Amino acid sequence: MPVQSPISSVNDFVVRFANVNGSGSASANEMFARSILRHGVPVSPRNIFPSNIQGLPTWYEVRVTEDGHLGARGGVDMMVAMNPQTWDKDLASIEPGGYLFYDSTKPMPASKFRADITVIGVPLTAITNSTYTDPRQRQLFKNIIYLGALCALLDMDPKLVEQLIGEQYKGKEKLLSSNVHALHLGRDWALQNLKCPIGLRIKKADKVGDRIFIEGNNAAALGAVYGGATVCAWYPITPSSSLADAFTSHCKKLRHDPETGKAKYAIVQGEDELASIGIVIGASWNGARAFTATSGPGISLMTEFIGLSYFAEIPAVIMNVQRAGPSTGMPTRTQQCDIIACAYASHGDTKHVLLLPEDPAEAFEFAAQAFDLAERLQTTIFVMLDLDIGMNHRLCRPLKWDDARQYDRGKVMTAEMLDDGRDFGRYLDVDGDGIPYRTYPGTHPTKGSYFTRGTSRDRYARYSEEGSVYADNMQRLVRKFETAQDMVPRPLQANAAKPTKYGVIYFGSTAPAMDEAIGLLEANGHQLDRLRIRAFPFHSSVASFIADHDFVYVVEQNRDSQLRSLIVNENGIDPVRLVPILHYDGTPITARFIAGAIGDHQDQLKLTPLRKVKS
Amino acid sequence: MTYIAKPKFHHPGLPKNDLGFTHRDYEGKISTLCAGCGHDSITASIIEACFELSIEPHRVAKISGIGCSSKTPDYFLGNSHGFNSVHGRMPSVLTGANLANRDLIYLGVSGDGDSASIGFGQFAHSIRRGVNMTYIVENNGVYGLTKGQFSATADRGSKSKKGVTNTDNAIDLVAIALQLGASFVARGFSGDKTQLVPLIAAAIQHKGAAFIDVISPCIAFNNHAGSTKSFDYVREHNDAVNRLDVITGRDPISVDYAPGTVQVVEQHDGSRIALRKIDADYDAHDRVGAMTFLQKHAAKGQIVTGLLYVDPESDDLHSHLDTVETPLNTLEAKDLCPGTTALDRINASLR
Repeated sequence: MPVQSPISSVNDFVVRFANVNGSGSASANEMFARSILRHGVPVSPRNIFPSNIQGLPTWYEVRVTEDGHLGARGGVDMMVAMNPQTWDKDLASIEPGGYLFYDSTKPMPASKFRADITVIGVPLTAITNSTYTDPRQRQLFKNIIYLGALCALLDMDPKLVEQLIGEQYKGKEKLLSSNVHALHLGRDWALQNLKCPIGLRIKKADKVGDRIFIEGNNAAALGAVYGGATVCAWYPITPSSSLADAFTSHCKKLRHDPETGKAKYAIVQGEDELASIGIVIGASWNGARAFTATSGPGISLMTEFIGLSYFAEIPAVIMNVQRAGPSTGMPTRTQQCDIIACAYASHGDTKHVLLLPEDPAEAFEFAAQAFDLAERLQTTIFVMLDLDIGMNHRLCRPLKWDDARQYDRGKVMTAEMLDDGRDFGRYLDVDGDGIPYRTYPGTHPTKGSYFTRGTSRDRYARYSEEGSVYADNMQRLVRKFETAQDMVPRPLQANAAKPTKYGVIYFGSTAPAMDEAIGLLEANGHQLDRLRIRAFPFHSSVASFIADHDFVYVVEQNRDSQLRSLIVNENGIDPVRLVPILHYDGTPITARFIAGAIGDHQDQLKLTPLRKVKS
Repeated sequence: MTYIAKPKFHHPGLPKNDLGFTHRDYEGKISTLCAGCGHDSITASIIEACFELSIEPHRVAKISGIGCSSKTPDYFLGNSHGFNSVHGRMPSVLTGANLANRDLIYLGVSGDGDSASIGFGQFAHSIRRGVNMTYIVENNGVYGLTKGQFSATADRGSKSKKGVTNTDNAIDLVAIALQLGASFVARGFSGDKTQLVPLIAAAIQHKGAAFIDVISPCIAFNNHAGSTKSFDYVREHNDAVNRLDVITGRDPISVDYAPGTVQVVEQHDGSRIALRKIDADYDAHDRVGAMTFLQKHAAKGQIVTGLLYVDPESDDLHSHLDTVETPLNTLEAKDLCPGTTALDRINASLR
């Protein structure tokens, strides 16, 4: 018997599955998460997987959270330990009083367990071997059998799991019945041989509402469909490949001409990232909405073209699903580490627009908006996702679209406008906002044609190496970037319950952990105003927010506080006033980490008098 | 690259084509290449071909990379949109442009430095995808803008202006294009406009990836003794496999070619190429034969010019992707956005 009392919690705990990559566990584990959702209880799952196909450790973590916290919590209340290779590490990660679920076909000696946890053994291998002869079936159904046992242990309604299995194997009766059979094998064994339920329980609730459960990459791909993207060129790279795959899948369903069956889109898997962005730029130059999806190493390869997009003023949309760098880094681990690389991509003086969605719903909105912005501003727009948003399912509000919405195709001069005698200078700032007019190739027999080039030219697109002409153009590009400030999504501010001298800035996938961390900090007496940045260039309210507080924490998931550097650089702010809170081990940032780091700093402020020491 | 526009006036008696355009309507700005540059001869051939085909200049998109050759689109079809992109990346930009609007004519102009080195991959992949384009490499075997380094098409054993001998093997872009499945492959010589103009005209008419390698001597850095891309060397070693006349489908003409000496090739778009055979054994429909023919003559130090291969039934990238006939860049929100009803269904499937 463990000395520690077993954890007792209803609808609020973390279950982690430790598996071997390629064992077919992903489907059973995801079904576990979805089953809990069907009980009306929110979940926040995370897939922690290696950069290989088969044989290395993989984990799937399900945070059951009736309060709806969607960030990672940290710690494990129940470990489903199916990978002997990671046994010691898995065992160590269990919270005191937690539970260990393992395959007890070959019982382990007591020395292999911790005294402060509850050990639950189910002879999974023995059950599968006695039921199935085919080795692959044995492997796959073992996963469903442990799902069945967990149903009993956590007091889940088996009918809801059966319903999910029915949906998954609709039309495949043989697979459906065999999966349901395996589910009941596990459940029945647990009910007959174990004390069910344990302290961790699922109780039906009504906390999910109309929210949907979707990965950020899928949502961003849908955003590209709704945003009118017709050309997608991409090159496979983790963690962005599923975005292009999802775009392909949605286009196949939604974008065929009903009469001819022909495609109203073109998707090309480029030979590399350079070709992919080249295709995007060629298509956008010619008036189509085009995008690519990539990750950090792809951005590195694309930077030359990104510079061309900036200087020649050609629209482009890049969905950058960030992973841990530099170099190959940790391809399957999350970070927010491409902020500087994207904001200033390419040589010379450049600045690029970044959109920073917090969840799949915003990924959808920002992806669609990116095409309007790209055409309006005639430049590259980055939609900055990361692996944590992109490749994990999230609960979020339903995706919304206004059918009255028209695409903003930007300043395009038509043949009629040219015939009306409008003065066309490709780089002429007629409206004072830094944004010139363009024409599409083939517009007019004698008017409006111009030469696009990466070399310097005058306002009428004529090649020029005159210093004053070059400087004039560069200043207009700055003016255009200032115009962008009011076009991109504004930061969202939320004030603390009580007036405070302290603030916190954060962005992207940090948002759910931050929402929860604020509660933890308040419970410890720390009040913070919050500002979630949603785009670069920064709106003026960012500088105002910093000016209004003595200290502002900047929370981000990289080593070198890249967003903080960008704020300092672009707003001329004293770096001392911005305190970096950095998490960069490749795992998603947690509320515990944020609350701990900010709490420590706050406590230090209380201990250290803020006055000069007499010399 | 120049900003010097040519004067607009011209002789009223200049011949006009079917559209009423004269040669002057197909010209661009004044060339800033060296006087006598082979590239200017290619520019003149492009102008002539477009004039003869009665192409509307503004319906052409001319795209290039970086280098002397890539400057040339500024010197022809002044009413067309041009795009001088980045080094070696013309093919991807052209591919994207073509995907956006399948109705324009795409002319890709590149050089041997541009296409055989940094752009070798993009050259290869645009060819294998069957992008509907005319891809012209203005091949002088040397880096002119950086003053005389060997390019990847320089023959082994050839000498630079400084007297250095090239020890690397040459890349033969024609052989590569054949191997990659180009449906129109030809080689021309900038000094032979009689042969080159019909080749360009036929390539423009061709549906699919049409590739023309044009030997174009660099008079500043690669026109000396020891060069295998000089005017003299090419003239002495040129073996023209055939001569072409192009007859467009919309303007059929009867010709008095003697039976057995002319082979008319009907292309997918209805245009026809009349192939006057020099070599009685040469079959321009035989890809493998073309590769063998090329290798045999290369071994003898001969440069084969003419139309080496054509597939009259070829298709293109849009056919492979099965895209709508309407150019993608003209589709609007009503054509593209699935709307709230579809989104509601998607939301419901995600619960």
